[in-house]
Amino acid sequence: MINTLERIPWWRDRRVMPWIVQAVVGLVLLVVISLLVGNLVRNLTGAGLLLSWRWLGQPASFDVAESLIPFDASMPYWRALLVGLVNSLRVIVVGLVGATLLGTAVGMASFSSNGLLRRLARVYVEVIRNIPLLLQLLFWYFVVFLALPNGTAAFQLPGVVVSKSGLYLAWFAQGFSWQGPELVNGVWQAPLRLSVEFTALLTGLITYSGAFIAEVVRGGIASVPLGQWEAATSLGLHWSASMRSVVLPQALRVIVPGLNSQYISLAKNSALAVAVGYVDLYSVSETTLNQTGRALEVFLLLLGSYLIIDLLISAVMNGVNQLVQIRER
Amino acid sequence: MQPLPRRLLALPLLLAVALGGCADDSGSGGGVQSVKLSTIRGRGKLVCGVDGKLPGFSFLGPDGTYSGLDADTCRAVAAAVLGDPAKVEFRDLNSSERFAALASGEVDMLARNTTMTLSRDSAGGNGISFGPTTFFDGQGVMVPVASGATTLQDLNGKPICVESGTTTELNLADRMREQGISYTPLKFQTGDQTYAAYLGGRCVAVTSDRSQLAAKRSSFPKPDEHTLLPEVMSKEPLTPASVNGDPAWADAMRWTVFALFQAEELGITKANVAAKVAEAKANTNQADLRRFLGVEGDFGKQLGLPADFVPKTIAAVGNYGEIFERNVGSGSALKLERAQNRLWTQGGLIYSPPFR
Repeated sequence: MINTLERIPWWRDRRVMPWIVQAVVGLVLLVVISLLVGNLVRNLTGAGLLLSWRWLGQPASFDVAESLIPFDASMPYWRALLVGLVNSLRVIVVGLVGATLLGTAVGMASFSSNGLLRRLARVYVEVIRNIPLLLQLLFWYFVVFLALPNGTAAFQLPGVVVSKSGLYLAWFAQGFSWQGPELVNGVWQAPLRLSVEFTALLTGLITYSGAFIAEVVRGGIASVPLGQWEAATSLGLHWSASMRSVVLPQALRVIVPGLNSQYISLAKNSALAVAVGYVDLYSVSETTLNQTGRALEVFLLLLGSYLIIDLLISAVMNGVNQLVQIRER
Repeated sequence: MQPLPRRLLALPLLLAVALGGCADDSGSGGGVQSVKLSTIRGRGKLVCGVDGKLPGFSFLGPDGTYSGLDADTCRAVAAAVLGDPAKVEFRDLNSSERFAALASGEVDMLARNTTMTLSRDSAGGNGISFGPTTFFDGQGVMVPVASGATTLQDLNGKPICVESGTTTELNLADRMREQGISYTPLKFQTGDQTYAAYLGGRCVAVTSDRSQLAAKRSSFPKPDEHTLLPEVMSKEPLTPASVNGDPAWADAMRWTVFALFQAEELGITKANVAAKVAEAKANTNQADLRRFLGVEGDFGKQLGLPADFVPKTIAAVGNYGEIFERNVGSGSALKLERAQNRLWTQGGLIYSPPFR
């Protein structure tokens, strides 16, 4: 006779043991964290450096080169940091759009029937992917953009002027009158002006992330079975039409999760702006840190801002991912 | 992504504060108990934070040795503490990372053309401890001669290059606001990038300490094509610094620098210091000289330094006047005037309190 009601000892009970292990690990973690935080607070209090946020309201008394929101030196630090955040978001958003367009185009080009186009796409990806981004940014800024001529010698295309002081674009001026760049007293004026720092940073970020996105897109397209191509071709669709209407929609569910991490790296890489003199969040934070000496607070703000930006990008991309998944009917 | 290493500088600081025990409990009381001094002795070398790219102040030459007024200040302190001016490890720091490096203990002291200000000195600000000022400077503006600019007003509406994390960045904003001049500040993290952008023609002017502008200009391909505007925009007392919270170490550094000033006042040079020590030993009537050179009294012991720290220091680097002339004065490429950096006896600001 086997007594089925005999109690299993708790250390062999699969319903109890996992809970105990998790509780112990959790407790140890909690103790370690509280020890660290307690020590931090104690030592910071000792050094007179306990977190304080009052400085945020004091006048920043430094200027910034460019800002989308009104700013001058008499405004408080929080406003300066906001200027930096807006500038960061500006380069991130434009960079994301640009890198996606470039990456998709290059990724598709690597399947082109045109051999030259295919090889050019490969060369671009391999060259850009294997050079550190910081070097590329310094190259774009100091070697390419600062070598541009100024004034009347600047490169002029219809509606676009590229010079050492920046990129000048035609745009709608007052009302709906289309206005191009014009030279006034030796200085270019245009409705839409991008500083050369912004342009250099944007160029660097787009070409760099574009190369990685191109690989993600290429991988996605390669994952679509060859039969889909053949089916599309047998229906009489041209290469571009079969790519657009048959292959790319199916490739998206492989591409989108890969894009997510590329987008996040682009957002983080934008903090390299300080190397080319663009006033992003990191640049403003650095000045703030040096003027106030509040290293911990400034870094907490910085870390928090980038964390939130990246989590937001992740959340949006997860939503997009849901949309492009195959729905079973 | 490629994080800039300097961005992580605050993390060791955070970790050091989080993990650090209560090592700061000693140090008070005896006056010669210093955590930093014993750390330096134990390590056998002084870690000194410098700029490293500024001719005349601290510049890493092609032969791998540092030269300059700041570098010699480090050597003087190493000679005083360790008896050997060669026992210095120089650490290049940019203006943004210098205070974090000092606060986290990565460097023992800064001799990095750093302006002494209230907020940097105070415990509620950067909380660092300044020694005696080794160079009295002022902020200036450099422009290309071809630009034709002669006053700040001529820079209205123009981009101006400046290194971020400096006092010059703030002074620029203040002066321009006072005079109602609009301008675009272009900020770069390192001096190299700042001057590269200026030479690349992105800015019509670059602003910094006048001595730094003169030093950088001397390394330009065509120095004659650049000129300093006559305006002096601020006071910039460039001062070596040590950590707050270790008064004995701060005193040792402070009085080593004062010894350089005092030696010039007493006419003690690198060449004659040995003779002066012999003279002091022979003549018991020269009490001042005997105390200064450590022949009698216990000044060295009071500071936690060897009794003969003054002659060791002078024998290693010479007196303040010699250091000045060799690095930034008539014996250098910069050819700066002594001006306000003369001894007080000659109408300047260099003054040592009595060694008594």
